[in-house]
Amino acid sequence: MVGNDMQLHHYHADCNRPLADASLVACPDCDLLQRLPEVPPGASARCRRCDKELWRHKPDSINRTLALTVAALVLYVIANSVPMLGLNAVGREAFTTVIGGAAQLWHDGQKIVSALVLFSAVVSPALQIGFLLLVTIGCQRERPSFWFGGFLRFVRVTRTWSMIEVMLLGVMVALTKMADYATVIPGLALFALFGLAVLLAAMQASFDPREAWKRIEWAEPQVQPPKAEAKP
Amino acid sequence: MNAMATTAAETAMGQGLQSCHACGLLSRPLPGVKAGRCPRCDEPLVFRKPASLERTLACLIAATICYIPANLLPVLTTNTATGSESDTIMQGVVLLWSATGWPLSIIVLIASIMIPSAKIVALFHLILTVRRGSITNHTQRAQLYRTLEFIGRWSMVDVFVDTFTASLIQLQPLMSVEPGPGLLFFAAVVVLTMLAVEFFDPRLIWDSAASKHSTRDIQHA
Repeated sequence: MVGNDMQLHHYHADCNRPLADASLVACPDCDLLQRLPEVPPGASARCRRCDKELWRHKPDSINRTLALTVAALVLYVIANSVPMLGLNAVGREAFTTVIGGAAQLWHDGQKIVSALVLFSAVVSPALQIGFLLLVTIGCQRERPSFWFGGFLRFVRVTRTWSMIEVMLLGVMVALTKMADYATVIPGLALFALFGLAVLLAAMQASFDPREAWKRIEWAEPQVQPPKAEAKP
Repeated sequence: MNAMATTAAETAMGQGLQSCHACGLLSRPLPGVKAGRCPRCDEPLVFRKPASLERTLACLIAATICYIPANLLPVLTTNTATGSESDTIMQGVVLLWSATGWPLSIIVLIASIMIPSAKIVALFHLILTVRRGSITNHTQRAQLYRTLEFIGRWSMVDVFVDTFTASLIQLQPLMSVEPGPGLLFFAAVVVLTMLAVEFFDPRLIWDSAASKHSTRDIQHA
């Protein structure tokens, strides 16, 4: 049983043993064991049972993701620092930002919903950009520290709850509703948010976690534990 | 290729291997250990998400309960000089229907009314078929689960619509809009169904296939 497993290194005494064969994977959706084939850039490997995409070979993944992430960071800062929407009615003008919208909701007594809006439209996109930036910058180094892997773990979760594109659709609907009785002025942040939604999708699409893990994984070998005795 | 050709032995769990949810690495837990840890990223590892069906069901029941006030209570209240008027989600859809606004009206109808109810029905179906150990339609059920994962977030649209409508229309004393009590319940439906999807382990759909089949293999042997 132990013969097939290689003990490269481990961080804790109680953690699992990695397999010697790194091309062996289990489908995350159906648990079927299979070997990842070498696929040409741009192509993908799919689970032979449930058709889940197991891996897509993305060329120059880390550098492209880094470029897109930096661009997303710039747009994120703009999107959250200038007005997003203005309203002109009966001689009065009102402007709001994403954070301003959440603040008004808080003020109106909807504190839980306000927190949800803030979390999904402001906090999660920031974490998504932040984690991916740390990982892609970390991977530029010759020998990335293994603790960069910790950030990589959270990229998936932040993506689930980051909802810029959903918020934009909501803004569009709100605009249409209000257009009946007021003049709506789109702010600079609205355009920045459109760009941000596209960049967030692009940076996730260009990011190949397998490539990042390859660079991080065995770059910093730990103290080798004594080899387990092979059982006869 | 064929689902029926698979046995338990061909799954990671069947081989006593755990695959990391976070980084994808396949690893072998120490002898006698059920809950291991990923040697690469330190994520806690299990063969299947713990109490997956129970947690999914709990979120789903809570979501179903919240679904009723979410649709009956007003999500927006418009105060004007002449009085105030409250709209539920469905009334919002109707109000949006106009010569130019109808595509958005349909989008809100789909995102706020059809997706949440379809999600609840679909998740009940998945829990029920897994619990019964259904050996049919694995591929369709796997696709259903993936669709749920993908579309769930879009139900948040109405929360954002109401947030920005309420924050911009503050023209006191002429006209102001404030969020209604239905908004909290609606947001709860969206979050609870998203959590239900997260708690559900799609590998359970396929486990029934493998175990049913392996018992048949044993009988044949």
